[in-house]
Amino acid sequence: MLDIPLWKRIVIWGLIALGLAFALPNAFYSRVEGHNDALAEIETLGATPERTAAAAGWPDWMPNSLVNLGLDLRGGAHLLAEVQVTEVYADRVDGMWPEVRDALREARDEVGTIRRIEGEPGTLAFRISKPEAMARALEIVRGLARPVVTLTGVGASDIAVAGDGDTITLSLTPEEQAATDDRTMQQSVEIIRRRVDEVGTREPTIQRQGADRILIQVPGIGSASELKELIGTTAQLTFHPVVGRTTDSTQSPGPRQLVLPSVDEEGVFYIVEQTPVVTGEELVDAQPAFDQNGRPAVNFRFNPSGARKFGDYTAENIGSPFAIVLDNEVISAPVIQSHIPGGSGIITGQFSVEESTNLAVLLRAGALPAGMTFLEERTIGPELGQDSIDAGRIACIVAFGAVLVFMVLSYGLFGVFANIALILNVGLLFGLLSMIGATLTLPGIAGIVLTIGMAVDANVLIFERIREELKTARGPARAIELGYERALSAIVDANITTFIVSVILFTLGSGPVRGFSITLGLGILTSVFTAIFVTRLIIVTWFERRRPKTIEV
Amino acid sequence: MRLKLVPETTNIDFFGYAKATFGASVIAVILSLVAWLMLGLNFGIDFRGGTTIRTESVQAVDIGAYREAIDPLGLGDVTITEVFDPTFGPEKNVAMIRIQAQDDQESVAADTIAKVEETLQQVDPSITFPSVESVGPKVSGELIQTALIAVGASLAAILFYIWLRFEWQFSVGAVAALFHDVILTIGVFSVLQIRFDLATIAALLTIIGYSINDTVVIFDRLRENLIKYRKRDLREVMNLSVNETLSRTLMTSGTTLLALIALLVLGGDVIRGFVFAITWGVIVGTYSSVYVAKNVVLYLGVNREDKPTDKGNQFANIDA
Repeated sequence: MLDIPLWKRIVIWGLIALGLAFALPNAFYSRVEGHNDALAEIETLGATPERTAAAAGWPDWMPNSLVNLGLDLRGGAHLLAEVQVTEVYADRVDGMWPEVRDALREARDEVGTIRRIEGEPGTLAFRISKPEAMARALEIVRGLARPVVTLTGVGASDIAVAGDGDTITLSLTPEEQAATDDRTMQQSVEIIRRRVDEVGTREPTIQRQGADRILIQVPGIGSASELKELIGTTAQLTFHPVVGRTTDSTQSPGPRQLVLPSVDEEGVFYIVEQTPVVTGEELVDAQPAFDQNGRPAVNFRFNPSGARKFGDYTAENIGSPFAIVLDNEVISAPVIQSHIPGGSGIITGQFSVEESTNLAVLLRAGALPAGMTFLEERTIGPELGQDSIDAGRIACIVAFGAVLVFMVLSYGLFGVFANIALILNVGLLFGLLSMIGATLTLPGIAGIVLTIGMAVDANVLIFERIREELKTARGPARAIELGYERALSAIVDANITTFIVSVILFTLGSGPVRGFSITLGLGILTSVFTAIFVTRLIIVTWFERRRPKTIEV
Repeated sequence: MRLKLVPETTNIDFFGYAKATFGASVIAVILSLVAWLMLGLNFGIDFRGGTTIRTESVQAVDIGAYREAIDPLGLGDVTITEVFDPTFGPEKNVAMIRIQAQDDQESVAADTIAKVEETLQQVDPSITFPSVESVGPKVSGELIQTALIAVGASLAAILFYIWLRFEWQFSVGAVAALFHDVILTIGVFSVLQIRFDLATIAALLTIIGYSINDTVVIFDRLRENLIKYRKRDLREVMNLSVNETLSRTLMTSGTTLLALIALLVLGGDVIRGFVFAITWGVIVGTYSSVYVAKNVVLYLGVNREDKPTDKGNQFANIDA
């Protein structure tokens, strides 16, 4: 009656062994962490005696994945940024102007001359001198449209062109806007990742969230404002022809010109052409350096196309000033002394060494395609995290001990069986958490404690049922059999409903709440497994050896 | 020799005081709703936007001095509370400062936080700031929305699952019990003015999960007994089912409460509100599965005609 085939026994014990093997590294947290870090460093930086020693601290053949500690336990900074995706539209349509202009110039006989005018933000507007040829002009401009490649926007084209009187307005279609947004987000995530990696912290989380948000979590960094300085700077470097200098910020510039403040000289503004000669996108390298006067500066080098543009411009404009603009502020506006053919140059300004180093990092990592605003920021100090870990650990041990004692007092030997299962259960839970690389948060610890409390539930259900069956059933073996059989539907229904809740928490929650839902959900899985397979196997094994005439539950 | 929370066999008439217990539940729910409306909830920054700063110092917390220092900054509503915890020594004095979301600022102003920190350091040079958290009003609005969806979706999913596995009367009873638990928890948070934040929502959902677990176990026994004792009165069968599962109900609540109380006392002040909500919910949830869910089912009645006899055992063929 109580037969469990050998293969099932092997599978059950095998799963437990596997789970415990994966859980084991967490018991030697710092040693395994040292081993993992050392391996990564040897990979990238080469071996040193210390690194080899640290790597030897944990055997290579053992599993070495650990449960990640969340920010609330390890300390660090958390930011939720919103990317201003619409900022990119203006650049996109701006970039189309030369193409549109050239296409219409070829048909000058039909449409007449064209002149660009100031349009709505994010659109490109221009006038044609022969309004009667509007239909032809629209046809030409529409001919420049390209199909948008997306999964849903099949057949959509990237630009919408509208004519009104003698004015043609070109704007991005919603499909193209969506595609552009997507690209902007991917770029932003990539660039933030590069910048965070340059600083070199362990396991940063950089995740896209929703349509236009990015979640950034960096453990071990001092404060959120430090992190914000690093990733909040757009680092858009551009080189503009200078039109003039002024001290009046309200002075209205000419068409397609900008008034930008100077960083070094207070109250001085430069009027520059809106369209840059070259941008930071064409940089291939930037390094902190010192200028001939020994002041901190940044050396940079353009790629071939940037170098050509820069060289041509400097050759044609010797004697006139050009502005080096970083995030809409003029860093410096030197006068071009000579033709600069090599494509490399130096940015000087009133930098500190730290600032020039930082600027070089930002320029190397690339500019963010759009600005960001920060919607949420949290800093958790490492001591607070350690306090939480200590408190959580003590609470877990006490909770565990109390439940173990309570179970033995209530169910005697069967309580001991349940306790073995409970200990295995917590081991399996940690094994699963490490296997999937889950993050343990403070509410996650609460989830484990709650799992400890609730994990015994399935066993309690079974034991109570066996007690009942003992009153009526023929013999202990039959009672155990029936106890398991009849308690099963209650266990399954009760745990499925709780599991549903944890899945909903996981889908909708974020951060700490999600950490809680992971431990709760996995805890349900492991506790059902240990209750209906493991305790049963233990009880059956015991029963086969002892063959008791009566049992007391 | 065994620890028994309840005698071997019990025959308590759980419906004897049905009017009183059910009435008490209804009154408690109404009182909670009144407290919620009158006193409101002490929303944390997750839902209201703003900044909280946790301060720690070797000197005693002087709320008056902190307030005097911060008030001239003109930051609007500022709440300062001292945090007590048995695990803190005399050298550890902790306070929480909450600053409302600043007008016309979608994002979080770093200089505001820096100014507050600087000002406090002048009052108490030994002060440190173990955690600083800011949430912008835009996100907090969305967080409320997500939280409501989470609670609603859980209730709907459970309603559906119970309906699928049992009868519709059972699912109405179960969800009534869940509403009872959730509202009573919100009521306690409102009366005691405990901070209500995202973690509290997680706690509410856990309570839903725990309470439904308890209710389902009793329902499962009821389903079995309804097949076994076809001729007996519904009320009688219900009473029998509760009595039969009483030992398990108290055992499970007992072990869970043991674990939770350990966490409540020793788990530190950061998650105390969260753990308190779950602890309270386990107590209320145990009560409601016995006294609320069943009363509703009894009131609605169960159709006991043509019940397939093997329904309760459809998992019984799964072999371990």
